[in-house]
Amino acid sequence: MIKLLVDNWSAFISGFGWTVLSSLVALFFSLIIGSLFAILEVMPSKTARVIGNVYVEIFRNIPLLVITMFFYLVIPQYIVKINGFTAGTIGLTIYTSAFIAETVRSGINSVDIGQMEASRAQGMTFWQAMRYIVLPQAFKLVIPPLGNQFINLVKNSSVLAFVAGFDLMYQGNAIASTTFETVNTYIVVGLFYLVITLPISYYMQHLERKLA
Amino acid sequence: MQNWIDAYSWINIRFLLQGLGITILISVISVILSFIFGSILGIIRYAKIPYFSRIIGFIIDVVRNLPLLLIIFFTYFGLPAFGFKPDTIPAAILAMTFFESMMIAEIIRSGILAVDIGQMEAARAQGMKLGQAMWHVILPQAYKKMIPALVSQFISLIKDTSLATIIVVPELMQHGQVVYGQNPNYIIPVFVIMAVMYFVVCYALSLLSKYIDHRMA
Repeated sequence: MIKLLVDNWSAFISGFGWTVLSSLVALFFSLIIGSLFAILEVMPSKTARVIGNVYVEIFRNIPLLVITMFFYLVIPQYIVKINGFTAGTIGLTIYTSAFIAETVRSGINSVDIGQMEASRAQGMTFWQAMRYIVLPQAFKLVIPPLGNQFINLVKNSSVLAFVAGFDLMYQGNAIASTTFETVNTYIVVGLFYLVITLPISYYMQHLERKLA
Repeated sequence: MQNWIDAYSWINIRFLLQGLGITILISVISVILSFIFGSILGIIRYAKIPYFSRIIGFIIDVVRNLPLLLIIFFTYFGLPAFGFKPDTIPAAILAMTFFESMMIAEIIRSGILAVDIGQMEAARAQGMKLGQAMWHVILPQAYKKMIPALVSQFISLIKDTSLATIIVVPELMQHGQVVYGQNPNYIIPVFVIMAVMYFVVCYALSLLSKYIDHRMA
């Protein structure tokens, strides 16, 4: 197994790098998009709430693979040439943003309603109150679930393998099919994923216990 | 427009529905099996048996933090190295059950932890054995609390069966690929109908879960 790792070191590391890059980019954008839809879901306007709800329910209830393959096949054909990595990361972002919206919304809902009322009574607009009073408190509450969403995101980034996204899973398959050492290759790939996910998972459990 | 009408010919729709049937079949078998194994693993982890629970707990944490896709690959391409070569559908069920058991084990354990400790103490004080107290007092309350988490796990299981298309399991996603493989103009219509099929099944389940949760509360 060590020989396999040494021989294919550069392929594993490049796959690992693309997986991390894709996860971080998707995390960044899905935090922004997810938070926006979470705010829409708690806005006074009924139309805004419906739009937020529809977005979240649609993308939470469709498989990530369907979303990713759609972007991989459709965008290059009709709009602009993109590679598998970009298409996969867009799919990941949209899918994850729906889950982050749900998480952030539950955070916003658990901030006492009096906070919003008091800020509004002080003359703040809805957006100011959200930005300066409610969201900072909400985000503190949802750090552990957001950490779990990030773990899911890293694991889900393996769908990039379907769209030739150069990620860890994709490299792993390439190595497995050239060396025929399937068992060892997949174990090494698994260890690379665990290097990212396991520490975050234990840290989040620790945080949850501390907050509880 | 003609593309959409052609793509939605009865032959294609029927083929996709067959795929949906396989998707549901795999999901239901996997969820039943993983519910059983998950309960056992979750109780073992909760019971804090010296060393044994620790080891099981570590295995649960490791598997939960791996991509399901990797486990599917390992089951289908790795296991033959050990002289066991499952067919595609059993391989998918095996991989999903293995992964989901670990996910459900964590749900079960946190459900049990959420039951007030006084319940166990009272049951033991009544002269019940640990197993009796678990079976008659703790688990019924724990399962009730876990229904929403279990249903949402079932929903992710249904969505995740789409990953099994990589080992050519004839489920919905795979059948979709076959249909749009005939004609590139079918891509958008096929994705729309596939998304609708997954959505209807998953959303119906999430509504059901909300309804049950509402009635129990």
